[in-house]
Parts: sequence; C-alpha cells; structure tokens
Amino acid sequence: MSMPMYVPPEQLVKDRAEYARKGIARGKSIAAVQYAGGALLLAENPSGTLHKISEIYDRIAFAGVGRYNEFESFRVAGIRYADVKGYMYGRPDVDVKGLANAFAQTLGNIFIHEIKPYEVEILLVGISDDGSDMFKVLYDGTLSDEHGVSAIGGQADELVSHLRSRFEEGLSFEAALAIAKDAFRSLNAERDIEGWEGAVLDRSLGRRTFRRLTEDELID
Amino acid sequence: MIDRLMPRGLDVDGGPGFIQLLQSLHLEPTWPTADGDMSMIEAPESTTVLAARYKDGVVMIGDRQATEGYSVAHRRMQKVFPTDRFSVVAISGTAGLAVEMVRLFQTELEHYEKLEGSRLSLDGKATYLARMVRQQLPLAFQGLVVVPLFAGFDEIHQTGRLFTFDVVGGRYEENDFGATGSGSREARSYLRNRYSPDLEEAEALQLTMEALVAASEQDVATAGPDPRRAIFPTVVTVTAAGHDEFDDARIEPIASAALEAVR
Repeated sequence: MSMPMYVPPEQLVKDRAEYARKGIARGKSIAAVQYAGGALLLAENPSGTLHKISEIYDRIAFAGVGRYNEFESFRVAGIRYADVKGYMYGRPDVDVKGLANAFAQTLGNIFIHEIKPYEVEILLVGISDDGSDMFKVLYDGTLSDEHGVSAIGGQADELVSHLRSRFEEGLSFEAALAIAKDAFRSLNAERDIEGWEGAVLDRSLGRRTFRRLTEDELID
Repeated sequence: MIDRLMPRGLDVDGGPGFIQLLQSLHLEPTWPTADGDMSMIEAPESTTVLAARYKDGVVMIGDRQATEGYSVAHRRMQKVFPTDRFSVVAISGTAGLAVEMVRLFQTELEHYEKLEGSRLSLDGKATYLARMVRQQLPLAFQGLVVVPLFAGFDEIHQTGRLFTFDVVGGRYEENDFGATGSGSREARSYLRNRYSPDLEEAEALQLTMEALVAASEQDVATAGPDPRRAIFPTVVTVTAAGHDEFDDARIEPIASAALEAVR
C-alpha cells in the first residue's frame, strides 16, 4: 500500500488560496457605497440577465464575484435562510450579520474539506434606519465588516481606495453613483466599460427596500 | 437548520417553492386533525370581504369584525392583505387558519420572485392559492373552514382580475365582482343591481363600501364602518402602479357617504 504523500498544511492552504484567487481575479469587481437614502451596489456586467447583485430580504442585498454557479448557490441559500427565519420568527429578526456568519462558516469548510475551493467572494449589504452594514466574505471564509464603502473581486483593493478618497457621510444617490462609476473608470482607463448593473437598498421604498436600477438611471 | 440550507447541505428540496422548503426542514405548519367532531372548538371567524373590477384595476374591501359564536371576538381584525406588489388576498372563515395561510402565501410569492428573478403570473398565484385551500380540506370537514378571495393586476394582460374559491379548492374567475363570508350574499345582491364594468375608481370605492354597509345591515356577524370607535373597513386597490392600501383618513369620507346612501 502506498503512503499518501505528505503535504505540509501551510503549502496546502497556500495552493488552494492561490487557485481561488486566480479564479476570482478573472471576473469583474463590484462596489458598494452608502448614501443618505440607503446603499448603492454597482457592478460592471455585460450580461443583462445573469445578475451579480440581488435581493435577499427586506433590507439585505447580495453581490457575488467569481464562478457564477458557485456564488449563485450562496444567493439561493441566503434567500432560503432569510425567508425561513423571517417566517419562523419575525421580519426584523433577519439580520445581515447572522447571514454573513453562516456564509463564512460554509466557505471556510468548503475551502478545507472539498476537492477544490469555491472561487467566489461575496458582499452582503444591509441597511438600518440610519446607516448600513457591509460584510465581505472571502473564498476561505475570511469575514470582514466595512463601513461606508466596500468592494469585492480582483480589483477590490484599488476600488476601495478610490471610493474611500471621495466618500463622505450623507452623499446623495447621484453623487454615490458618480463616485462608484469613476472608481471603475479610473481602474480601467485603457478600455470602455462593457455595461453596468446596479441596485439600491432604498429606505423610502417601505418594507422591501431593494430595487434594480433601470438602464436610464445607469446610462453614462 | 442553517447548515442544511447552505451550499453542500444537500438534503433540502431544490425547487423554488417555500412550502416545499419548509417541508424538507420539517417546519411546515400543521394542524393535526382529531378523530370525530371538532364542532366544540370555538375559534374566531372572520366575515365579509368583497372585491370588484373597475376601469383601472380592482378594489378589495373587508370589514374588521371577527365573531366567536354569537359574540364579537375582535373589532379591529385585518382581513385584506396585499400579497405582493400586484396582488391582494382577503379571507373569511376560521381566522387563525386563514391568517397563517396568508402569511405562507405572501412568503411563497416573495420567495419565488427572489429566487427566479420574476414574479409568478396572476394565474399562477391563483392556482397556488387554490392548492393551499385544498390542503385544508381535512380541517374543513371538521368545521374549520377557510375561503379566500384573491385579486390583482395582471401584468401580462394589463387588466385587473379577481378569483373566488370554494372550500375544496375550486378556483373561479369572476369578471365583475366577488364576495365571500357570512354577509356575502347580501353584498353580492347589492352589487348585482348597481355594478357596471366601466366604473371609475371613486365610483368603485363608493359602490363596494355601500355593499359592505348593506351586508352589515342584514348579517349580524358583519360590522359596517364604525365612526364612533373610529373603526373603518380595510380598503386596498391594485392597478398598473401596484397596490395601494388606504389609510383611515382616506376611507372615512367614503364610509360616511356609504352610511348615508344605504338606509
């Protein structure tokens, strides 16, 4: 019987992380910006039907980058988790932090135990009466919370530094959209943007705050 | 529970249905039926609700009273519920069962809409509701009956539509008006004499409110508008712009006029 070859855990984690990061870097990034009326999510997305941004619950939005089928399975899981919890208890009991934790646990397990790690990064945005929470979950289950602005994908760090340089509390929706668009453009100065996908969590909409932005609103 | 819902938690039903999801988690609501007669159970009953089509959509209106035997159980019960942007459901029958059915139905529609990225058609919603009524049949045999009334704006055909149901889950589309509950016979006969299909919104509101007042005159279980306690019927319209729940300030003048008109 042959012995399995010994691989030191550092090496194993490093290889898997590198594999996942490569997959994620191929996709396009997504940015989120808080504004006075709620929160905005913006992605560069050439497809009009395969969405990267979607509604999870009354005040929670989801964005995923990387492999579509993999982050889609998390979107479905998120909607199921939120709807079951809201039905069992009450609508205010569904919070973005609980969901972010569940995602982090699951991605962490998949990263170690599955044959291949998921090549995804997920951003969960939740709004409250006076602000927003943004949770970023990475391929290995790393969970971080961010304030005001956030981004996921291969160019996340550059996007965030652009966004952060112009972000302030109480932005108007138009200003938030302009800042987000400029951040994408400044990263990709040598090419045209292939199409926008955008959505907002807008407090003025009542119970369900999620709304996709129309083409007219997104046009440059 | 969370683990089973997350990716790789493989024992959860894969479809877009919320009730199937609850079933695969063993969380679906159940009402065990006892052997024999359950008629000794006294649960609050909700009474008259009605709906009518008009030029731009549909209006649905319901009184606020629930009765238990010969006494009033609740004076401010809500029986008309928007279920999503373009539909509204009203209930009559055993209140506890009906309210739970509405909550499940609301969640089901929203769950489907979020997972699939599009709303069910109005026909699809009505069919689904009929199935939910049918599943209550064992309880109906024991005297716990739920009969909803469903209306909405059909985004495909750009028109208001409404559906009535029977206790075995039969689904019937009405092209003028519909009513269910203890005062429904009276309400329908009032509407039958005065209804026309090209009503304006204000006329439709007035007519349905009058029909409810007429029902309350004849049926002891139905309560009309009660200005003394400031309790007014629930009024919801659904048009191409979505549903619109009226607040008391908008209902009060309609209710006062209807009380005057039906004497």
